[in-house]
Amino acid sequence: MTPIIQASNLQKSYSGQRVVDGLNLSIHKGECFGLLGPNGAGKTTTLRMLLGLISPDAGEISLLNLPVPQAAREARIRVGVVPQMDNLDPDFTVAENLLVYGRYFGLKDSEIEARIPSLLEFASLTNKRNAKVPTLSGGMKRRLTLARALVNDPDVLFLDEPTTGLDPQARHLIWQRLRELTQQGKTLLLTTHFMDEAERLCHRLAVLDNGKLISQGTPRELIEQNIEPQVVEVFGETAEAWANINAAHYSQRFELSGETVFCYLHDAQPLVAHLQTQNSLRYLHRPANLEDVFLKLTGREMRE
Amino acid sequence: MSIRDFALPELSMRFFPIWQRHWLVWKKVAAASIMGHLADPVIYMLGLGYGLGSLLPQMGGTSYMTFLAAGTVCYSTMNSASFEALYSGFSRMHEQRTWEAILNTPITLDDIVLSEILWAATKSLMSGIAVLVVIWLLGLSHSVMSLWMIPLALLVGLAFAGLGLIMTALAPSYDFFLYYFTLVITPMMMISGVFFPVNQLPESVQMVSNVLPLTHAIDLARPLMTGAVPPAALLHIAVLLAYTLFGFYVSLVLFRRRLSR
Ligand SMILES: Nc1ncnc2c1ncn2[C@@H]1O[C@H](COP(=O)(O)OP(=O)(O)OP(=O)(O)O)[C@@H](O)[C@H]1O
Ligand SMILES: [Mg+2]
Repeated sequence: MTPIIQASNLQKSYSGQRVVDGLNLSIHKGECFGLLGPNGAGKTTTLRMLLGLISPDAGEISLLNLPVPQAAREARIRVGVVPQMDNLDPDFTVAENLLVYGRYFGLKDSEIEARIPSLLEFASLTNKRNAKVPTLSGGMKRRLTLARALVNDPDVLFLDEPTTGLDPQARHLIWQRLRELTQQGKTLLLTTHFMDEAERLCHRLAVLDNGKLISQGTPRELIEQNIEPQVVEVFGETAEAWANINAAHYSQRFELSGETVFCYLHDAQPLVAHLQTQNSLRYLHRPANLEDVFLKLTGREMRE
Repeated sequence: MSIRDFALPELSMRFFPIWQRHWLVWKKVAAASIMGHLADPVIYMLGLGYGLGSLLPQMGGTSYMTFLAAGTVCYSTMNSASFEALYSGFSRMHEQRTWEAILNTPITLDDIVLSEILWAATKSLMSGIAVLVVIWLLGLSHSVMSLWMIPLALLVGLAFAGLGLIMTALAPSYDFFLYYFTLVITPMMMISGVFFPVNQLPESVQMVSNVLPLTHAIDLARPLMTGAVPPAALLHIAVLLAYTLFGFYVSLVLFRRRLSR
């Protein structure tokens, strides 16, 4: 089966700086694919190239079996987009936003009007139907943006940080909705900075850093391939001094971040037994997760 | 810079839902907007018309007020298209990210720029008609020929929308537009024959005046208001159309370079 979204050897530079550098992606029908990467890694730029909004300097793209950017307009008829920054129409009500947006897809007013109730239901905005956009909370705006992206009943959804800035309740609601969309057979390409979100929602993930794809696979594969299975976090004022003497002995690898020592290891028992004798230290033993992988792959340094 | 930036515009009816969007926004503020279109030009026309008109002899066989009326329609349509293309256009492109939202749908930048030009011209049409209604009610024009002022308002709107969008494409912020208004629009109003005949100006200034779109608009408007067929009408229409096409194409190239890279 040919992938729904395929990119090969994508390149994009801004003022001499490689922002996307030799990227290859293939995303299949019904997949929820996550694009991870620190700020400035090139996620949004990649999405914009895949949508045909900017042209790559080199490389090939096909979206829904159409060549992009040449036939991007035709491809976008079957695509929905949740942009990183909200761009709802502030002059309009919730329902008007959906109506006006549906018209851009060439839909008849009667068709859009018929879809609005179920879109509002999906976004849990039914009783906000006639509220103006500036009166909505951040979470409501995000849900409206998601509903708007569905107005043309797309086969593919691009979601650029769909849950950034939302409280846990709102994030959980969006997660549930995105799962429903994959169950309906839609293909989702999303970016996120939340590793728990990526781990729960995405079938496959790609980690981008400085425009390069540095790792790709299912969440489980990424963890298994990149990192020791167990983590013991050790914290306390004396953690650093403790680590300099003991950490290397008990763990395969360790990292110091602030007052916390992260010990990565295959068998945590000896370390845990040792830590139980150390009164000045506290610790947390847990399985390795995607965040550990992400930090290992992209480093603990701040970007930008 | 890419060769694709210079491609000729692809025209389609896809501009229409965007035009409808602007119309829906406008309907919500229609009353205030019509007031805005009317108040300024009518106050100037009446103030200067009564005040100066009593001091001045007939101008080209009409009262000064009638003389001023033709210019007032033209400059108020110029102003509405310019304000729409600059301030409102910039807001939709930059502040509100309306264009960004639209570009995620099967609509292209070509469609958006076309819709902006046509919408700004629509605003000109509305303000032109509003001023004309006042002129007719005051009895400043009796000729049926003055109905041709309506399509003229649209044409003037198209020309200034095109020019205005070039500024919008280049603008880093709203402040930039002050240059355009103080260095281009206001001087143009002074030397295009709105308030006094162009032949009152020094020869060299008249040469500049002859290439300005507002001058050509007024050369069409003034005879129409008194029921005459404008001399060299086709030339004037051609100049205004040329400004429209120039503005559309140049602004589109600039918008592509600004937004599609
Ligand atoms: N139009 C542009 N002009 C110049 N530089 C740009 C442009 N768009 C993006 N960049 C640069 O490209 C790099 C990648 O940006 P991009 O927005 O793709 O990152 P991102 O992975 O989406 O980051 P974030 O997580 O912060 O959203 C950044 O260094 C950014 O400054
Ligand atoms: Mg981004």
